[in-house]
This record gives sequence, C-alpha cells and structure tokens, in this order.
Amino acid sequence: MSLPTYATTGQRIWYYSFRVICALIFVFLITPILVVIPLSFNAQDFFTFTPEMLRLDPDGYSLKHYWDFFNNPGWQLALKNSLIIAPIATILSVTLGTLAAIGLSQSHVPFKGTIMAILISPMIVPLIISATGMFFFYSALGNWMEGTLGLSKGFVGYVKVILAHAVLGIPFVIITVTATLVGFDRSLTRAAANMGADPVTTFFRVQMPLILPGVISGGLFAFITSFDEVVVVLFVGSAAQKTLPWQMFIGLREQISPTILAVATLLVVISIALLTTVELLRRRSERLRGMSPG
Amino acid sequence: MEQMQAADGTPLKRSLKRALRRQKLRALALVAPLLIFVLITFVIPIGNMLFRSVENQIVENTLPETISALKDWDAQGGELPSDDMFTLLYIDLWLAQEQKLHTRLGSRLNYEVSGVSSVFRKTGRRVGRFDTDIYTEQFTELDPAWEDPTTWVALFEDDAAADALQLTARTWDRWSDYLVSEDEDPAAEDIQDFLFTALHFDLSRAEGLTEGPPILQSAAEVAGSFKTVNLKEAFADADNDWADLELWQTLKLYSPTYTPGYFLNSIDMQKSLDGIEMQPANEQIYITLFGRTLWMSLVIMGCCILLGYPIAWLLANLPARKANLLLILVLLPFWTSLLVRTSAWKVMLQQQGVINDVLVWIGLVSNGDRLVMINNQFGTIVAMTHILLPFMILPMYSVMQTIPPSYLRAAKSLGATNWTAFWRVYFPQSVPGIGAGSILVFILAIGYYITPEIVGGTQGVFISNRIAYHISSSLNWGLAAALGTILLVIVLMLYWAYDKIVGIDNVKLG
Repeated sequence: MSLPTYATTGQRIWYYSFRVICALIFVFLITPILVVIPLSFNAQDFFTFTPEMLRLDPDGYSLKHYWDFFNNPGWQLALKNSLIIAPIATILSVTLGTLAAIGLSQSHVPFKGTIMAILISPMIVPLIISATGMFFFYSALGNWMEGTLGLSKGFVGYVKVILAHAVLGIPFVIITVTATLVGFDRSLTRAAANMGADPVTTFFRVQMPLILPGVISGGLFAFITSFDEVVVVLFVGSAAQKTLPWQMFIGLREQISPTILAVATLLVVISIALLTTVELLRRRSERLRGMSPG
Repeated sequence: MEQMQAADGTPLKRSLKRALRRQKLRALALVAPLLIFVLITFVIPIGNMLFRSVENQIVENTLPETISALKDWDAQGGELPSDDMFTLLYIDLWLAQEQKLHTRLGSRLNYEVSGVSSVFRKTGRRVGRFDTDIYTEQFTELDPAWEDPTTWVALFEDDAAADALQLTARTWDRWSDYLVSEDEDPAAEDIQDFLFTALHFDLSRAEGLTEGPPILQSAAEVAGSFKTVNLKEAFADADNDWADLELWQTLKLYSPTYTPGYFLNSIDMQKSLDGIEMQPANEQIYITLFGRTLWMSLVIMGCCILLGYPIAWLLANLPARKANLLLILVLLPFWTSLLVRTSAWKVMLQQQGVINDVLVWIGLVSNGDRLVMINNQFGTIVAMTHILLPFMILPMYSVMQTIPPSYLRAAKSLGATNWTAFWRVYFPQSVPGIGAGSILVFILAIGYYITPEIVGGTQGVFISNRIAYHISSSLNWGLAAALGTILLVIVLMLYWAYDKIVGIDNVKLG
C-alpha cells in the first residue's frame, strides 16, 4: 500500500489525493458526532458555537444542559422508561433467541429455511410497517388485557412496548448466536454426555461458556435496538411509556432544546462503551476459534 | 445376511430412525417458543395490517338495512331511492347515533368523498327529532299496551309474529342486543319512535295478518290508514345532500365488506360508477411520493457507493493494525443512536448551524444569504447517506478483504496501467460487495421515517411519513395499511433478491 520509490509524479499525486479523499470521507463520518459534544456544554440556549466558546472562554461553557437533563421530570421519566424497557426486552429476546439458535444449529431441523426467514423478518420489514401493524394489533391486545385480565393501564402499556421491542431484537440475537455456533465443536457436548452430564448441565457448563461472547454481543445488539428505537414506541406506547429517543424525537420536531445535545453526548459515550465491548468480545471469540493471528 | 442390531435388540435401522426423530423433535422444541412468540407479536400484527387494507365492514355494520336494500337500487338510474329506503336509513341512523357510530362511518366515507362527515354528523343530531313520534302516538292510542316494553319482549318471543314483522323483529333484536351490551334490560327501557316506525312499516305491508296475538291483529287492521311522516323530506331538511344522488352512489359504491378502495387511493385512483378512474389531478400525491421515495433511496444508495468504495478499499488494503483503528471510525457512527446522528445533522445543516457558520467565517457565503440545507431533499440525502454509509462499507470491506492483492500486481506486471488493472481485475471482483451493500442500503432507506421527518421538510419526506400521518393525524387507517402493504411488497421483493444474490445466512453484524 505504501508508495514505491519508483512511482511516477502522476502516481504520487493520485496516491496523496486518494488519501485526502478518504480523510474527507472519514471527516464526514465522524464530524457530526464530534460536533455535538462541545455544543452540549454551551452556556447559551443555542445550537451553534458562540463567540465565547470559540475564544475558549470558560464563561462560554457550562453544564446547565446536563443539569436540566438530570432535573427535568420529562427527561427523567424518559430515562427511567428506557432503563426499564430495554433490559427486559433484551432478556426476553436473548433467552428465547439463544434457545432457538441452538435448536436451529442442529443438523436435522425441518423447515429450517422458512423458520429462519420468519425469525429474521422483524429486521427486514421496515420499522414503519412493523409499527403500523403493531399499532392495530397491540391496541386490541391492550384492550383485551385491560378488559379481560383486569390489568392496569400503565402496566399493559409497558408490556406492549416490551413485547414489541423484544421481537425487534430477536433477529440480531439469532444471527450472532448462530454465527458463534458455527464454530462450536459438537463433540464437546457428546463428550459431556458420555461422562454422565444431563442436557441441562451440558448446556450450562459446556456449551454456554463457549458461546457466551456471541450471546452477549447479540444481547448488546438487542439492547441498542430497543434503547434506540422510536417509531414503534411512538405508535404502540403512550406518553407514560415515552423513552429517551421518543423524548428526543419530540424535542427535535417541536420545541428544540439544547438538552437534547447533552443527552446525545451521553448516548455517544454509551455507544463508545458498547462498541468497545462488542469489539473485545469479537476478538476474543476469534482468538478462541483460532481465526485471528493476534 | 443377518440384520444389524442395536444394544437393546431393535434393528439398527429403526433405532437410528428413532434417534433421528427424537433429535428433530428436540430441535423443534427449542425453536418453538421463539417461533410462537414471533408469530404472535410480529407476524399476526403484519397480517392484521394486510387485512385492514381491504376491510370495509363498517358501512354494512352501521347501516345493515339500508345497505341490503341498496343492492336492488340502480345507482345509474338517475333517481333517488324510494321512500322505503329513507325509512330504513332512519332506523339504521337512529341506532347508529345512539351508539355514536354514525360519526365514524361519516369519517370513513369522508376519505372517499369530502363533506360526507358533516352530513352524518348533522343528520345524527337531527334524527332523534324527526316527527316519527306520530307513529308512537297512534299506536299507543290504539292500545296503551304498546308503550310497555314487556309487550314487545313477549311479541318477539313468538316466532310467528317475528316472521310476519321481519323488519321490526330485526330492529328489535339490534335494539335489545345493544341494550344488553350496555348492561340494560330491554324489558325496562322505553319503546322508542324508531321501533314504532318499523312496526308501521311492516304492518302497513302485511296483508291479512290472521295469526299472532290480538294486539297485533287489531293494529294490523288500521295501520294502513295511519297518518304518515315523509322521511325523505325530513332527511333532505336535515341535510340537503340526502336529496342528492352522489351521496347515495357513494354509499352503494362503498357498501361491500371488502374493498380495493384503499389500494386504489394509494395509487391515486378511485372507484366510481363507471369503474376505476384517476383521482382529480390536484389530489394525486401518492404516485409522486412513491416515485420520490424510490428516487431518493437510489440517490442515497449512489452516494453511499461513491463514498463507501474508497473507504472499503483503503481498509482492505491497509495493514491490519491501521485498518482496525480506522474501522472504529466507521463503527462508531454505526453504533451511535440514530437520533443522535439526526440531531447532529440538524445542528450542522441549520441556517444558524455549524456549516453555515464556518462558510460565513471563511467568507464563502455572506451572512445575509446563508445556505438552506435543511427541510428539503438535500438535508434528507446528506443525513441519510451519513446514517447508512456504514451499512455500505461493512459488506464491501468483507468482500474486498478476500481479494488477493497479488492479482493487481500480476495485472500490472503484465503491462496494465493502474486504471486498467483496477477496472478489469479488481473492480469485477468487488461487485458482490457493492451489490450486497446497495440492496441493504436501499431496503433500509426506502422505509426510513425518523430522519426525513426531522430534516426533510415537506419536499424531502418519504412514503413512510405519509403512513405515519395517516395513522396519527388523519386517522385514515385503511389507507395507511394499504400504503404499508405496497411498501412491504416492494421491500420483500428486494429482500428476495438480496437472499438470491447474497444469502441471508451471510448477513454479518459489526
């Protein structure tokens, strides 16, 4: 890739201009995310850099938008809802998804293609269509749960959003866990069985520890899907179930407040943490499978 | 030859078969919970949406008598329906307004012909004050027992009477069903004018009613000579449109339980008496919108290819350590919340935003005429290209990683110029990556809602935004379902193509 010493001037120009083009594209990719961070410390209620900020004057910066986020009841409700809905939805999709992925990875599964297509479909169908379908069905389901089962309105609201988010996260769990299972040595379960372990023990003591990285990264995908999801929650949930993305979306559409940028910065930090975790897990599993030299 | 046997003495073949079957069952048992979960929480809702896009039961459920009589009415005959039809409409509407269903029917028909909604609302208010109380008075004058609901209950328990008074019997059933559903007792509620109207309707037609209880027979003898109300005039008085053919034609057109009407509306067409025709030109928006959605998705896909290809190439050709470092710059946007990126673009593109500020500061643009980059198609394309770019880079990168760099060197050593070597040797091998990334980006782009809603203004919105509008603002759910169904079909076709070209098992994440 490096430039050979005998390169012609034309080649040199192309080599460097190609690098510049790539650098510009990287700038395009990363700038919008980085710009949000300093702006969230703006002392004014503006979405742009004030002269004080450009002079690096400490007066131009403040934590007031963060303060607002942690004290505004609307944002706190949204944070609380996000922290209730996303983990429960993740647990649901990881549990069901892992079991199904193990079932699907066995050698003789009838209708494997069809089943796979159905399980992956929530990822393929555009969110707006899923949301439309769910909007009709879940309101009927909610009425049934409130009327026949006599559950409270608030509880039913959470159940609806959690079910909807769980099903959206399932394809990610299926894909990552199936991919991990490809490298799983089946003779290990046979060896465990041979030594007298029952299937449950075999699963928890032999199979699970080995596929755990895949399960965790599938779970992270499912978590971020729910944590970042807004269309379905707008259609299926009510204001009592508003999540962080919901609050951000409404804020962006109506009264635009710089608190959004503070939230955005916090979310960027969270995504960096998630990205690091997934990346570490991926490398670990590749190393275990001997696929990577590192 | 002796048959091979398993340890327990069964033939080996059968034993193996049994083991295989057990294995299959165990695999299915593991998959079953999730499959059932997905079917209930996802597949059925989508099916429900498909059903809603053609379902049209509301008209027949709200006005059952009118609709069944309308079947015999010639919509193109140029004549209004007979007086009898207005009597049936009166009964239907009375019941509908009592249950507050008439406004819903009005809004349903308003999607087809504007103005119907107010007709139903107005008529609903007036229908209780029509002069039909003269029937009530005349019947109770004849026999005060008519005023007693228990008389009616007893009357319709008798099959012969119910047979002779068909309309009244059906109306009584609807009325008592409604009362029961409201936890009230039909035997305790006052008999309303519309029931006497139905009774008069039946009795004035029943010739020589010889069976049934005496109260009915004596009423049948004189009912023909009762004073009557002209309901046609009463309706025309409530709203002039009832004397207009168009309203009746609409009712007849949209009376079937299933209708292609929503689908026709989604492609700017409508049903009319002469068959199917285009909507008036000023109401045609959906074909344009579908076209714009497809076109902008294509543009976004093109931008992603242009920007993604160099990056993927660079990543695939750098040493692993550097490539992994740069890959983080691709993965970070991928992992960042969609709303964070959308709000970032709002911050960047606004007239008082970062890009304009920078341009003004450099002096390229004067402070007075800052560029309008948001709330138009440009904003949508830029923001969505940024959001979808990782989905293009990652599949391209994984394909390019498999192309040996020695091929390029071989081509060059055989005398190819840089360009020829790239175009004839490298590029054809990277096409599968472009294909995979393009379909993925296109599928994702075509259904986007959030980003166009925030940065798209009116010119940069997609069909999804229209679906959301019909769900939450106009409440025309049938049309939303039909638009969604069309979009779903397009996406499924693309998905099928993706599966053929790339294979769904090859979807990689991160």
